Amino acid sequence: MLNSCKLKIAGLQAWYDSRQVLKGFGMEIRANKITAVIGPSGCGKSTFIRCLNRMHEIVPGARVSGSVLLDEQDIYRANPVEIRRRIGMVFQAPNVFPAMSVFENIAAGLSLNGLRNKQKLREVVEKSLAQVGLLEEIGSFIHLPATGLSSGQLQRVCIARALAVQPEVILMDEPCSALDPIASFHIEELLSELKQQYTIVIVTHNMQQAARISDYTVFLSQGDLIEYGSTPTVFINPRDRRTESYITGRSA
Amino acid sequence: MKILENHRLIWSRLMVGFCGLSTLLISGLLLLVLGYITLHGLPGANLNFFTRLPAPVGMEGGGLAQAVAGSFILIGLACLIGIPWGIGAGIFLSEVGKDSWWGEGVRFAVDVLSGVPSIITGIFVYSILVVKLQSFSALAGGVALGIIMVPLVARNTEGILQLVPQGLREAALALGLPFWKVILKIILPTAARGIGIGVTLAVAGVAGETAPLFFTSLSNNYWSLGLLEPIASLPMEIFRYATAPFAAWHELAWTGALVLITIVVSGMLLARILLPGYNFRR
Repeated sequence: MLNSCKLKIAGLQAWYDSRQVLKGFGMEIRANKITAVIGPSGCGKSTFIRCLNRMHEIVPGARVSGSVLLDEQDIYRANPVEIRRRIGMVFQAPNVFPAMSVFENIAAGLSLNGLRNKQKLREVVEKSLAQVGLLEEIGSFIHLPATGLSSGQLQRVCIARALAVQPEVILMDEPCSALDPIASFHIEELLSELKQQYTIVIVTHNMQQAARISDYTVFLSQGDLIEYGSTPTVFINPRDRRTESYITGRSA
Repeated sequence: MKILENHRLIWSRLMVGFCGLSTLLISGLLLLVLGYITLHGLPGANLNFFTRLPAPVGMEGGGLAQAVAGSFILIGLACLIGIPWGIGAGIFLSEVGKDSWWGEGVRFAVDVLSGVPSIITGIFVYSILVVKLQSFSALAGGVALGIIMVPLVARNTEGILQLVPQGLREAALALGLPFWKVILKIILPTAARGIGIGVTLAVAGVAGETAPLFFTSLSNNYWSLGLLEPIASLPMEIFRYATAPFAAWHELAWTGALVLITIVVSGMLLARILLPGYNFRR
């Protein structure tokens, strides 16, 4: 179990129409760890994690090649809908469903997939809310539309919504970039707890955040994997000069 | 510098004034039309109008009950055709065929369809339904109005769905929901209000259509709700009564106009009050 591999990526290439965004690389993402993906804007960070749960392909003209193994299964030879239930995603902007209450938002992944048992739904929603530390905070507003909450709370509702489906892996695309420092801090704390049960891959622009919360760090530049290693190593003793300049802010 | 500032200030005030004037003009025009119709139509708006059939010339107390009922039936039939077909096409244009050549084709077809004069639609339905069934009928009228509704509903639905943020589709897909459920259970409910208001606009558009009804439902002086028989409608009766040479008939036409506009406006208001959700506006 210790340091076992959750996602095994090989020869991953991605395109938008004729523009190649990922140039072909492989790596292994460890189970129950937080892996931070860093790199300059436009280096393919978002595209990279969107390839890990087959969200890349929903963009018209997008293409992928290579393989991504979830445990032993190639996700590109499976049903994408089922893969996305096992590999959840949290986005940059808190995108709650405005026509639904907080409860319905969090239950959506289960109830819309056919779970009708009210008791069970309630349990899952409360557990997910508790996991993101919102149960006490908004417990009484749970049946109101989610739109009245602060953006930090909204983002935690989105995380709870992703957790409710009980995925194995959670991909996060700059989940704190729309939040103030306190709300970001809440989410960082939350991630450290969540990694007991989930494998987390997080894209971030914030070096301090990557250094604080992650166990492993991936540095991407211009669609290539430049460096991948344990976070202390990457930040303190980077092997590649490009990693060092990026981390120290000397160049992109 | 000073001169330039003044120059800008004057322009700004001029333009604001111009916008204010346009607003006044357009709301004034609406009030004028409504007021004029109310003034002429209100005296005749009594119970008789809604419960009686037209009285013979020279007799008092006739109504247009059959036309009020007929208009509701025609609009109902039009909705049965226009709403599902139009919303379906709108969903296709926005969600499925957006960037494909097939979607472009459908979009072009919808545009052409919305540009077809309504009298042409009337003639078309006349030739495929009235001639075949050998009778003018409520059915034919409803079909004609329904066809006119389709492009209106489709383009509005497409426009409203385009206003739903792409992030919601991604969030729903990332939960492991199949595409059709994302559309049906997440995107459509989010856009429901805008789509519903668009439907009432389309209903308002066809409620006053007269030209296609000449070829399809025609008219009826008697109480008739049969779908395969000619049926009366408010716009047809307004036309007939307003162009007749009798003062009593003119009053009936005015009241018919008032009732028609009241039905349309209250439908729009009801949709705005009752439909839940977001104000996505084009």
